[in-house]
Amino acid sequence: MTDQATPAAEADLETYGALQDKEPQKPPRSQWIDVWEQFSKHKGAVFGGGFLLFITFIVIFGPYIWTLEATKLDIRNKNWRPVYQLLFDSEAKAGWAHPFGTDQLGRDIMSQMIAGGRVSMAVGWLAMALALVIGTAIGVVSGYFKRLDFWLMRFTDLVLSLPILPLVLLAVTLFRQPLNARFGPEGGMFILIVSVIGLTSWMQTARIVRGDILALKEREFILAARSIGTKPGKIIRRHLLPNVISPIMVSATLGLATAIITESALSFLGVGFPSDYPTWGKLLADAVQRMQEFPERVLLPGIAISLTVLSVNYLGDGLRDALDPRIRGR
Amino acid sequence: MLTFTIRRLLLSIPTLLFISFIIFGLLQLAPGDPMAQVPLTVPPEVKQKMREALGLGQAWYVQYYKWLIQFFWIEPLVFIDWLTNSTSLFGWLPDTAFAEGKLRVISWQTRSPVMDIVVQRMPQTLWVVGLSYVVGIVIAIPIGIYSAYRHYSLFDQAGTFITMVGFSIPPFFTGPLLIVIFSVYFGWLPSIYDTTHVVNDWASFKVQIFQMIMPVMVLALQTTAQISRYMRGAMLDNLNQDYVRTARAKGLSESVVVMVHVLRNSMIPVVTVIALGMPAIFGGAIITENVFKVNGIGQLLLTALFANDLPMVMTLTFIFAILIVLFNLIADVLYGLLDPRIRYD
Repeated sequence: MTDQATPAAEADLETYGALQDKEPQKPPRSQWIDVWEQFSKHKGAVFGGGFLLFITFIVIFGPYIWTLEATKLDIRNKNWRPVYQLLFDSEAKAGWAHPFGTDQLGRDIMSQMIAGGRVSMAVGWLAMALALVIGTAIGVVSGYFKRLDFWLMRFTDLVLSLPILPLVLLAVTLFRQPLNARFGPEGGMFILIVSVIGLTSWMQTARIVRGDILALKEREFILAARSIGTKPGKIIRRHLLPNVISPIMVSATLGLATAIITESALSFLGVGFPSDYPTWGKLLADAVQRMQEFPERVLLPGIAISLTVLSVNYLGDGLRDALDPRIRGR
Repeated sequence: MLTFTIRRLLLSIPTLLFISFIIFGLLQLAPGDPMAQVPLTVPPEVKQKMREALGLGQAWYVQYYKWLIQFFWIEPLVFIDWLTNSTSLFGWLPDTAFAEGKLRVISWQTRSPVMDIVVQRMPQTLWVVGLSYVVGIVIAIPIGIYSAYRHYSLFDQAGTFITMVGFSIPPFFTGPLLIVIFSVYFGWLPSIYDTTHVVNDWASFKVQIFQMIMPVMVLALQTTAQISRYMRGAMLDNLNQDYVRTARAKGLSESVVVMVHVLRNSMIPVVTVIALGMPAIFGGAIITENVFKVNGIGQLLLTALFANDLPMVMTLTFIFAILIVLFNLIADVLYGLLDPRIRYD
């Protein structure tokens, strides 16, 4: 079919000459294909996203593959070194039974890392989601409804000038008891940490979303929607929210990174989860006491936290470039 | 500008009151009991008396009001007394005794005034935190300038990567990591900051430098990462502006164009970022002080929290809040002063 059409098209080209576009018309492309192409040009972002997927996969499915229980004590096999120690020292107590070694109570560090990653990632994702929901809600409401704008933004400014880390420390230490009594030591702490981090990190999202909504609200398509009698709720859901999705996604990556770091910092300072409940920060904090003899117990969780946060930050960087239409064309 | 500053100063008063109320409310809602450590053999009526002695018998608004009075009225009076009694600057004034016999904010742990302890702990924090901030800025600004000037060069890419890494590695990991490397393997630097160390000659000065290197560098890494990113972004924005082409067309040398014209304009947002980052660095110092056992403000806050010492926690958290509000104000005023295009009125 096309072969037959080509000579005719070439003849047309000769007749019209400069009037015709040199390039054949491209098929219309969806926005998300463009975004993906720009995103895949940013190597760091692709690596970051890949690593984040990899870590998520490991912490979700790891316990089924590496079936040793994280909290199981095995005093006879305590203080194993990681398996690479055999390279320097063939006498070292190490082996493939515990590739990352065991701790002072004989718990397998590999399965502790997996279990700890599960908690850290779960806290990070949930706290980020909570912060996003609050931030987007406040941002949209204060951008769209003029009457609430002043008070909501004053409130945001007030929360922004709170000393976050001291307050988080305060809230976690002070409210540990009642929540633990109600939901059990692990569940109570989980709820407490997620809500405390979520409640103290929504402000930037709210500000960015409000700014974008304020600009979007004056555009013609919103006017058109309003003129045909669309209700505010419908305008927000159908027209405004899809248009602010990109700043929300970028601040989501930032939020995930800070949430993981804050959770680890709390565990490190000793106000986080109970001691038999491993998280990356907790593993790191417990290992600091004996890091002279067993530096790997500090290094492994530390590297896990840092790599995860680094990959999330790179992902955010790439997303920001990919979602910005001014940069995308280049 | 002056009216703006005054308005902002006035506005910061209700902000601070609100923040203090939130902190106080959190502490009131908290179920922790300062009497929990008292032995069970102590009869309940004695316990009740101890409670009242700590000021816990009254309603919450009375307690809040008394704390406000103590913090905003009596503590400044104590400060004035100290100025007139024992400093050389105001010592010529007649000795005052405004605060004599007045109740100050008392710590439940040590039974001494909270502010006295804060004043004792402040120099350690200021030395470590302040110096790290200065070091961080001094490293960050040249990196930011050069990587913006040579955009997409190898230096730029390496610099961007390193700042990203510095941004991502939390201080509670860099701290132990540096200790493992420099204290354990090489044995060059001490892993604990000795605050009782007195500098009086060259050798002790060297010891002081050595013990400060690690905590300062850990905090400086975070500062460097943030500020060099901002510096690079601001330089990149300005390098493509028309006035830069004009300056080059006039025949100015490249160093003058970059280091005078572009740098001065790029410093405007960076200066405000530096001001805004000051309180955050105090918060970050809580972790670093804990890692290196520096007994500064952050460590004081942690121990007070664990000991359920509510007046100390309240006062310290509020001091952090004052720092944030103050530096927000400074950043806004600086921005207005440096950039004549910004008009607040």
